[in-house]
Amino acid sequence: MTNSIRAEWTKFRTVRGWVIGLLTAIPLTVLIGLLGPLGSSFDCAGPNGAQCRGNTPPIGPDGTPVFDTFYFVHRTLTGDGSVTARVGALRDAEPWAKAGLLLKEGTTSGSRYAAVLLTGGHGVRMQYDFTEDIAGPSPDEDRQWLRLTREGTTLTGETSSDGRRWSTVGTVRLDFGERVELGMFVSSPQHLETSNTFGGRLDRGAPTVATTSFDQVRTTGAAAEDWRGTAVGIDPAREHEVGFTDDGGDLTITGTGDIAPIPASAGSLGKTAENALVGAFAGLVAVLVVAALFATSEYRRGIIRTSFTANPRRGQLLAAKAVVVGGLSFVVGAVSSALALPLVERAELAEGFFQHPTTWLTELRLVLGTGLLFAVAAVLAVALGMFLRRGALTVTAVVVGVVLPYLLAVASVLPTGPAEVLVTVTPAAAFAIQQSVEEYPQVAASYTPADGYFPLSPTGGLVVLCGYAAVAVVLAAIATRRRDA
Amino acid sequence: MEATIEVVGVRKRFGGTTALDGMSFTVTPGQVTGFVGPNGAGKSTTMRVILDLDSADAGHAHVGGRPYRELRRPLEHVGSLLDAGALQPSRSARNHLRWLAHSQGLPASRVEEVIHLTGIASAARRRAGGFSLGMRQRLGIAAALLGDPPVLMLDEPFNGMDPEGIVWMRTFLRQKAAEGRAVLVSSHLMSELQDTADHLLVVGRGRVIADTSVAALIAAASGDRVCLRTTARTPAMTVLAAAGATVAATGADSLTVSGLAAAGVVAALNANDVPFTEVSPHRASLEEAYMELTREAVEFRAAGS
Repeated sequence: MTNSIRAEWTKFRTVRGWVIGLLTAIPLTVLIGLLGPLGSSFDCAGPNGAQCRGNTPPIGPDGTPVFDTFYFVHRTLTGDGSVTARVGALRDAEPWAKAGLLLKEGTTSGSRYAAVLLTGGHGVRMQYDFTEDIAGPSPDEDRQWLRLTREGTTLTGETSSDGRRWSTVGTVRLDFGERVELGMFVSSPQHLETSNTFGGRLDRGAPTVATTSFDQVRTTGAAAEDWRGTAVGIDPAREHEVGFTDDGGDLTITGTGDIAPIPASAGSLGKTAENALVGAFAGLVAVLVVAALFATSEYRRGIIRTSFTANPRRGQLLAAKAVVVGGLSFVVGAVSSALALPLVERAELAEGFFQHPTTWLTELRLVLGTGLLFAVAAVLAVALGMFLRRGALTVTAVVVGVVLPYLLAVASVLPTGPAEVLVTVTPAAAFAIQQSVEEYPQVAASYTPADGYFPLSPTGGLVVLCGYAAVAVVLAAIATRRRDA
Repeated sequence: MEATIEVVGVRKRFGGTTALDGMSFTVTPGQVTGFVGPNGAGKSTTMRVILDLDSADAGHAHVGGRPYRELRRPLEHVGSLLDAGALQPSRSARNHLRWLAHSQGLPASRVEEVIHLTGIASAARRRAGGFSLGMRQRLGIAAALLGDPPVLMLDEPFNGMDPEGIVWMRTFLRQKAAEGRAVLVSSHLMSELQDTADHLLVVGRGRVIADTSVAALIAAASGDRVCLRTTARTPAMTVLAAAGATVAATGADSLTVSGLAAAGVVAALNANDVPFTEVSPHRASLEEAYMELTREAVEFRAAGS
């Protein structure tokens, strides 16, 4: 077997076209990745030529880009304390419109917070630091009691329907400074409609506002000063739409915006790690062509007879080819993505996009995952080539099977339903290994393959491709054993 | 290991066509065995079955007493050349030999040895795609020699060779046989093997029709006929027929006589005062003998096609 692998390696490296073809995958992956940021420009239609807002969004405590826009009615709290209020239900509001009690490090967007809140359609929740979300009860009363208490580093969110019997929504440990802002807030996110049809996608959005009442408001620990209203993160042009009234302790607050992580979305100014790897499909095409021809050239030239004469155990030829091409493709895929990630990200930042951060562990998974994607797809191409014996047929089959479904799904060519089916059942499912974005249930957004959200997990997607490769290897092994050479 | 090829009762059908119909023979070491027959007689198929490239429907083929598929490092047991054109065009001759050497765990130095043995050193760095057929044959021979095998099996190695190459190939084959190797060489032209082969396997329609030494084959084809040249053709025929011979006219002044030895012919003619200028034993050429043997097979093909 070692001899067979050495022989196949010698075969591969002594045909210059194959070596060049395989190495081409690296610049292809990087350059097509760079086409995205370098070829794009965005104009802002802000009033008076103002720069687009959200160009550089606030960054949450863990580095996540966040929405932090809401109307805040607050007092300063030093040390321990609490706030209690009876909040009017959000009728006919966005499902993720929020009204509730908030403790925040300050009024700067992106700063740490904890909140217990009532939503338009998802009941009572306790949320903190943007990405964290604890579900509470779903009351059907017109008004719901909420309480938020700080004792040292412990924050407790409670709810009650009558103000006497309280139940805890969540308790979390969060380290705030001594001085925090405590009070009530209202936010209401964009109304979003996404329609996917064959050949295109249309996003329609409009800002919304929500208004609700807070009565029986009581704070402990805080100075008994007047309530201050702050439009946190709200566009100055829209500040006239929000505000609050204080009618002898009964408050009515109107707010807009959202306190939540920003999900990745197609066409947004936020770029993800997988955006940097969009060129991988082109690199993969080069790898697939070389892998397929490496197998089918044996048949085209009749070299297969020489190969089988040199080693009559035919399965070993297939195995040795798979090892050589798979190994090389892994290296090419890993190197391509290791170069594309920093280069494309740098270009994106220079162009004015912002980055959804990834941990080094995620980046490592993306680099090794792209290597595995290339490797397993190359093994599929080799096995299919040994089975079909025709170069053009094999190249067509693997490109149509592996790359085309991915392109159809992520380029918004297909509606979401068929797109998700394609990247579930075809070998293109393996592109899920490049997925770095997280889906947030507490944020209404378009979570489609085009936005970078694959229906299968990264590992699950790779397993689908491995399944196809395994079937092709078995077919090729049986066929080469049975057929006369 | 015994340096032999043994083929026993091999049958092979491709669809409705019978390619091999009970092919049986043994190739022994120390001599060149010619494997001759018209195109389509089953020579190449037999070689593919021996190398386990095609599976036999019945019968078996062994090399050194074992099926080919059981050989480890098979190129050290059998060196074969089936299709000299089976080369990746952009790969150099040296690199072609290298991957083959690696597949057997042979050192790169062995590649240089066979390059020199076959006289392709000057072309070793060139792309094999640019090689003439004669050069490809030499490269194929080099590949067959890599493992220094005791058995050589070459399919039509003379194809495309220039006269110098043919001389080289004959010398080479004789030399390998003299070293004690078993050498099986196929050809569809008997003339190519005339001065090369010691033993002949004549095949037609998928089976061996003659398994004989070259001398015996010629003798059999010659029979005990006598050639006679005479100006008196008609009296000669009458006299010889009366002496019990069968006579056939082959020209205005020549006859072929069978059933009577040369001495008997001379005695009969002298006794009757019939003049003649030449009496000689008839000697068939190898080509003639071969044509005689394979006529049936060729006719069958012509009728069938």
